[in-house]
Amino acid sequence: MALIEVKDVRKVYRMDGVEFEALKGVSFSIEKGEFVIIMGPSGSGKSTLMHILGALDVPTSGSYLLDDREITDMTRDELARVRNAKIGFIFQGFNLLPRMNAMENVELPMLYAGHPTAERKRKAEEALELVGLLDWADHRPNQLSGGQQQRVAIARALVNDAPLLLADEPTGSLDSKTGAQVMEMLVSLNEKRGITVVLVTHDSNIASYGKRVIGVLDGLISSDGSKEKVESRVDVE
Amino acid sequence: MISFVETCRVSFRAIVSNKMRSGLAMLGIVIGVGAVIAMLALGAGATLQIKSVMSSMGSNLLTIRPGTVTSGGIRMGAGSTPSLTLSDATAIKEECPSIEEVLAQYSGVAQVVYGNQNWSTQISGVTEGVFVVNDWQLKLGRPFTEQDIRSAAKVAILGTTVAQELFGYSDPVGETIRIKNIPFQVIGVLEPKGESSWGRDQDDVVMVPVTTAQKRLFGMPRPDMVSSITVKVKSEDLLDRAQEEVTLLLRQRHKISNPQDDDFTVRNMQQAMEAAQESMKVMSLLLGSIASVSLLVGGIGIMNVMLVSVTERTREIGIRMAVGATSKDIMLQFLAESGMLSMTGGAVGVFLGALLSYVLSQAFNWQTVVLPGSVALSFGFSALVGIVFGLYPAYKASLLNPIDALRYE
Ligand SMILES: Nc1ncnc2c1ncn2[C@@H]1O[C@H](COP(=O)(O)OP(=O)(O)OP(=O)(O)O)[C@@H](O)[C@H]1O
Ligand SMILES: [Mg+2]
Repeated sequence: MALIEVKDVRKVYRMDGVEFEALKGVSFSIEKGEFVIIMGPSGSGKSTLMHILGALDVPTSGSYLLDDREITDMTRDELARVRNAKIGFIFQGFNLLPRMNAMENVELPMLYAGHPTAERKRKAEEALELVGLLDWADHRPNQLSGGQQQRVAIARALVNDAPLLLADEPTGSLDSKTGAQVMEMLVSLNEKRGITVVLVTHDSNIASYGKRVIGVLDGLISSDGSKEKVESRVDVE
Repeated sequence: MISFVETCRVSFRAIVSNKMRSGLAMLGIVIGVGAVIAMLALGAGATLQIKSVMSSMGSNLLTIRPGTVTSGGIRMGAGSTPSLTLSDATAIKEECPSIEEVLAQYSGVAQVVYGNQNWSTQISGVTEGVFVVNDWQLKLGRPFTEQDIRSAAKVAILGTTVAQELFGYSDPVGETIRIKNIPFQVIGVLEPKGESSWGRDQDDVVMVPVTTAQKRLFGMPRPDMVSSITVKVKSEDLLDRAQEEVTLLLRQRHKISNPQDDDFTVRNMQQAMEAAQESMKVMSLLLGSIASVSLLVGGIGIMNVMLVSVTERTREIGIRMAVGATSKDIMLQFLAESGMLSMTGGAVGVFLGALLSYVLSQAFNWQTVVLPGSVALSFGFSALVGIVFGLYPAYKASLLNPIDALRYE
């Protein structure tokens, strides 16, 4: 059964009266448990697509079914609930709350899910343990390295048991060694917990972690297939 | 849905993490509430004071003053019309059956000298009725006689404060003091009455016959003039009747046919109290509304700070929305923040306002009363101000698109 089903999704940005079509009709589907890499040159529309997949933005037209529910005609509050329960989003810039420590950052999604304090604490500890940061629970983001911050962000994405992890260049701000650690972690989450991962990257080394690679070019899908087939065709920067 | 308690916790942390800005945001509310509390306390205190003054004066008294009272206040009698005179007082005593005693007064301030001691005090020119009407008792000596009044005798009765200042502990009766360089024989000393509820020392007084005050001490603009007449009515239920009698008699004596032309005002204590309270009410309403303007300005200050705060924390809002905060969650977070700011400001303001009224009462001897009602009123109003003025910034925050908020630099 498909977890994600995208049909003819278009996104038009309007700036100062000038229209720009960032996605020009994109269709694909992703099964549960897949590990999908999205690649493409800068400005091709990868982040735009990820934001739509993450219910952070809505397409101008087209359909997006997540877990068989149509996302495009949901209200703002319904979208918020989908983001809360179904999706863990990992950003290139981590997007942690600077005034809160690692523990509190991880608790945040559960706060909006309405979980009681004790359960929040227990699950946040579990998630931090999983990313190996339980000892750093009371550190604030500015007291953590980039790699540690991204692991806190991963813990936050996991903590509500979302079936879908979306990561937009999660290693973009990290050196290759810490980047590799983060990737190992995502792979093991995919393999051990069956979490579906969709990950955007520029880096062909990173792309090699995926089983399936979707190529994006100028707002369109340029290729879609298993890693071996795709690698030769995708223009890697 | 995030629980209300958690929302408050989030908002509280935001407030605490920027103490300087939160403090400045609250300042307007603190000043506003403090001012309202202090003004209302002053108003309530003054009203209470008026009440106690009036009741201490006794309820079966009528005061007659020159001039008339219009609804707006006191209009003095025109210069040509005759004022109250001593003969008016005599006539009232002789012709009004409901009246027990009459006191006519003509007073001024002068220096009293005895030997090398001198003391500046109030010189009350009175008729012999002062003991009955104003409830004075003699500690030493004798009261004024009709003969003293008629002959404008140079005799004086001292209040205890004056006696003490001039004579120490020796007996003043029979001694001679000088007022405006005129020798007066001391014929008595009053029993002390202590401070009035206004805080004035009632014993700081020298009594002389009213005629002496008129003719020898303080010249008169009009012959035989007195500054006020007070009458004691035989009993409280005769009050209305006595008022009627006095009014008719004075109209007749002053040759007034139209009541609107009255050049005097007869009021009982009840009416005087009501009038005084009415003007107190207007006064405190005025002060209160001036103070509420500062409360309003405080609200605008909070709105200003909240708007800046929303803009500054756009990314935070984006992050919260990305992990599942609804518009309502965000709205409540900022509403709780402005509500807490204004309520904390309100509480601090109540405290400072109460403190200020205490300081005023100590420093100036003004009676102040912080009523629970005015605390509730100004605190409630400040909470309302915070919520009303926080509404727009909170609404603005809740309308943000998650992705636009996340991209905000
Ligand atoms: N909010 C926006 N308003 C207007 N144009 C936008 C907006 N967001 C993106 N675009 C444009 O849409 C196109 C696709 O942008 P997007 O961020 O999806 O690219 P990307 O593939 O993620 O690039 P990169 O690899 O550099 O992150 C770009 O040309 C960009 O300028
Ligand atoms: Mg991008």
